[in-house]
Amino acid sequence: MNMPTKSKLRIATATLAGCFGCHMSLLDIDERLFELIELAEFDRSPLTDIKTCGPCDIGLIEGGLCNAENVHVLREFRANCKILVAVGACAINGGLPAQRNHLSLSMILEEVYHAQHGLVDGFIPNDPELPLPLDQVHPIHEVVKVDYFIPGCPPSGDAIWKVLTDLIAGREPELGHGLIRYD
Amino acid sequence: MLSQDNTHSDYLDSILSRHQHNTHNLLQMLREAQEHYGYIHSEAIDYLAQQLQSPRSMIEGVASFYSLLYLQPQGDYRVLFSDNITDRMLGNIDLMESMCGQLWVEVGKVSEDGLVSINTTSCTGMCDQGPAVLINNIAINHLTQDRINSLCELIRERVPLSGWPLEFFAIEDNIYKKDILLDSNFKSGSALAEVLKRSSEETLQEIKTSKLRGRGGAGYLTGSKWEFCRIAVSEQHYVVCNADEGEPGTFKDRVLLNTYADMVFEGMTICAHVINAKKGFIYLRGEYRYLLDHLNAILQRRRQQGLLGNNIFGHANFNFDIEIHLGAGAYICGEESALIESLEGKRGTPRNRPPFPVTSGYLNQPTVVNNVETFCAASLIGLHGGAWYADVGIETSSGTKILSVSGDCARPGLYEYPFGVTVAQVLADCGAKNTQAVQISGPSGICIAANEFERRIAFDDLPTAGAFMVFDESRDMFEVARNFVHFFKHESCGFCTPCRVGTSLLSNMMNKLANGHGSPYDFTEIEKLNVLLLSTSHCGLGHSACNPVLDTIAKFRPAYDKRLTHKEYIPAFDLDYALSQARQMTGRDDTGAHLERIHVSK
Amino acid sequence: MSQNNKTPHNKNQATFILDGKTIPFTEGQTIIQAAMASGEYIPHLCFNPEFKPHGSCKICTVTANGRQAASCTQQTQADMVVESNTKPINDERRALLQMLFVEGNHFCPSCEKSGDCQLQATAYELNMMSPHFDHFSPDRPLDSSHAEYLLDYNRCILCSLCARASSDVDGKNVFSLAGRGIKTHLIVNAKSGKLADTDFTGDDKAAHVCPVGVIIKKRVGFAVPIGKRSFDEHPISATPHPKVRDV
Ligand SMILES: Cc1cc2nc3c(=O)[nH]c(=O)nc-3n(C[C@H](O)[C@H](O)[C@H](O)COP(=O)(O)O)c2cc1C
Ligand code: SF4
Ligand code: SF4
Ligand code: SF4
Ligand code: FES
Repeated sequence: MNMPTKSKLRIATATLAGCFGCHMSLLDIDERLFELIELAEFDRSPLTDIKTCGPCDIGLIEGGLCNAENVHVLREFRANCKILVAVGACAINGGLPAQRNHLSLSMILEEVYHAQHGLVDGFIPNDPELPLPLDQVHPIHEVVKVDYFIPGCPPSGDAIWKVLTDLIAGREPELGHGLIRYD
Repeated sequence: MLSQDNTHSDYLDSILSRHQHNTHNLLQMLREAQEHYGYIHSEAIDYLAQQLQSPRSMIEGVASFYSLLYLQPQGDYRVLFSDNITDRMLGNIDLMESMCGQLWVEVGKVSEDGLVSINTTSCTGMCDQGPAVLINNIAINHLTQDRINSLCELIRERVPLSGWPLEFFAIEDNIYKKDILLDSNFKSGSALAEVLKRSSEETLQEIKTSKLRGRGGAGYLTGSKWEFCRIAVSEQHYVVCNADEGEPGTFKDRVLLNTYADMVFEGMTICAHVINAKKGFIYLRGEYRYLLDHLNAILQRRRQQGLLGNNIFGHANFNFDIEIHLGAGAYICGEESALIESLEGKRGTPRNRPPFPVTSGYLNQPTVVNNVETFCAASLIGLHGGAWYADVGIETSSGTKILSVSGDCARPGLYEYPFGVTVAQVLADCGAKNTQAVQISGPSGICIAANEFERRIAFDDLPTAGAFMVFDESRDMFEVARNFVHFFKHESCGFCTPCRVGTSLLSNMMNKLANGHGSPYDFTEIEKLNVLLLSTSHCGLGHSACNPVLDTIAKFRPAYDKRLTHKEYIPAFDLDYALSQARQMTGRDDTGAHLERIHVSK
Repeated sequence: MSQNNKTPHNKNQATFILDGKTIPFTEGQTIIQAAMASGEYIPHLCFNPEFKPHGSCKICTVTANGRQAASCTQQTQADMVVESNTKPINDERRALLQMLFVEGNHFCPSCEKSGDCQLQATAYELNMMSPHFDHFSPDRPLDSSHAEYLLDYNRCILCSLCARASSDVDGKNVFSLAGRGIKTHLIVNAKSGKLADTDFTGDDKAAHVCPVGVIIKKRVGFAVPIGKRSFDEHPISATPHPKVRDV
């Protein structure tokens, strides 16, 4: 990995079909955040409120792909980030949202907007502003090439820190016992 | 409830008593139950469980393993299109679609009126006279659009199969080249008469002298196999004839059983004499159900001739008889240990080896399993002696080999050659033109390109179980490999992880390339999967599942390169299509309701 | 194995080499049996020392005298050279694990077995960071008919341990494998297909052998909190077998 050593690294983060838990975990690195700020600056991220991603060294993706907008964001990240990291169970295997995968989308929409009790004149929202759902929820590696994975729901702050510092130092990231976990 | 029970006990009672309530005959009972009732009703499973004092889950486990057994109602006419690559090349898919259209039914479904169900099945062993179909397990070949139209008519009119024109059921032998075996004019009993002049030791010696090697694929020395079994100390010994012939493109055992059955039975009897077996089985693939009555009649005649039963040829204590067991659609049951499991009425899962069948086979007794053609050769050796046989062929490979030739050639059928014949010679004899490739020994064998046509059919060059599929220059070798990969996926028994999951992954990857979503990434994935299947699978099926892809990648690379249309990884599924359900439900079609198909990276 | 304890390891004891270490074995032991008796870990899933080896998951693959074989079924021979903990073999094992993950539906965060699951713990051991392959997302049922036990077929890896326990130990045949190929699946011994209609009870051996989270005791799923479970404390390689906390 040839990272610029002098200038700060640029890191971008995004949440797709996730719960922000992984981002909370990132904040869980606590005082090491200051260390991180020394080494890197943040591009597009819910933490910065920057809305589009510029050229970056590392992109962290939380959440899987459940709709068209998720796909756009993921592609933007893949195109701009030298290293793309899937963070957390949902990015890695779809997680909780993917538990709808064995049901047909039409059936789900039907159930949610038409058949449920208490719905009067339910209709399926069709505002062009709203992203359309995909027929199945996909982990991100099924749509773009992903360089590294940090499993966990969410991964601990320590696990995220370990991978980030390994990457920044140009090492192959490695999580040992206790840091690699799926729950 | 009660009356339903009665419906099933009515026919099951006679089936059960015919099979002595023996669970080892479970597969036979299930097949017969289905022949009677159309499918295996869940009440029928309960009744069998109760009568056999076996768990119903075990019976269900067995029934659900075999693709020609059904636990759900099927159409009154169950139509299965043979889907080998040779059927494909002859246009089976168009014919199937035409039939589906005419009879208002979707592939894989039963028509709403319950009249007909249509699906594909693995190669039915009629590649020399395809496209082929099985209707209620009866073979109909040489399909044309006209013939499909007539079949649809007969089905629509609900004419029973017994009333269909006889010519529809004609099955040809198509023998184009005969040598010592096919030209032997064998007289039943002639080999046994010679054999019984000798001691069983001497007969074994003749087999060893002949240097006969198995014709079913693995090429094990038959003499050694018989000897291991003979010296294994045990209560019972068994002879099993492997007539599963499931390898796509192979159909020589079909012809041998149709026209040379006496040689097969006599070879088994000679083996029984050598290993001291009292009982033999033929494991006949379910697709050859139509041969059952014919073979049973020959067995009956041989009993009357004193060639089977007690005191064979008047020899006291030489007692031997043969029973036919039918398979029910499972290629894996050609693997000898899976075959034995199936003979015992179980799921056809290959056993852990060792022990090998020669010491622990059927009912854990020493068992010889040989191919149909091997037993025919044993008859010839019994008749003429081992030295005579060893004289034919070449040093490493004695005797002759029967090839099942199909694909792009003028005269598909059987060709018998002394070992050592070149591929080029076979191609010339069968009238093949502009040949691009030949698949030797079926999907699990080897694919050779034009620069290899001087290679020889022999154990030390191109060993083969018999299949010889010819592809001319118009054929897309990628599609050939894809068809074979699909075959392995369909036939994986599911026992071990690498093959159960790996054959599906491989098939998905080949589909991904076929759908235009391929990139070099997928290529390395395929190669990694190949290695994994080869090194970790439990049996030969998993080991060879990658061969078609490996060979065609090595020899027909352009067929793959043109599918690697993308430089970078793209998904296996179509993202825009993945929004279509949502589009339909919301009625949207604006640009935001689409995803461009391909991501152009910066 | 018990013989090992009785007979002191002497010069006449046959041995083989596992990753450079000399390991004693007794006649008839398979590689993994001998290795375990000496406290050596070889990753495995369908093997359980209490049952006859099955040889289906292939996670225990090793090279024995240069040839790859499943160590749970491969008989040990004197002076055999066995390699287990090498990069190429661990890479293959990881790929097999990834196959098992994508074949079923494994959502560990919501699984009662998480932390006590051998599939998960073996994946940790082998540094499996992602499922790598595309998911099959199969449609598999959940059976909550039984008063005390739940069956979540989404997580079944078809190791057949439950079937072996039920037939060999309980004498019941509650579980069987059905179907073929990628459609292979577990069934129970009832026409309804429901566990409640079988003679299964919580006292059965079969209730306590599932290496993953299929056969789950109801209402105690999270009695031991996540983070305090078997493999949270020690990696699976350091946890003696049978090492699964009864969930
Ligand atoms: C997946 C698989 C399928 C096989 N199918 C057949 C078959 O259909 N017919 C056959 O004779 N041998 C088949 N074999 C080979 C048999 O296991 C066995 O080697 C053979 O029947 C021995 O007979 P032979 O020594 O006369 O060749 C198959 C092997 C494998 C691994
Ligand atoms: S390799 Fe395939 S066919 Fe052979 S045992 Fe494994 S799953 Fe079954
Ligand atoms: S069974 Fe194991 S691997 Fe599967 S979801 Fe549960 S904890 Fe995870
Ligand atoms: S339920 Fe558990 S023990 Fe039974 S086969 Fe599935 S994974 Fe194995
Ligand atoms: S543990 Fe050996 S194959 Fe499963």
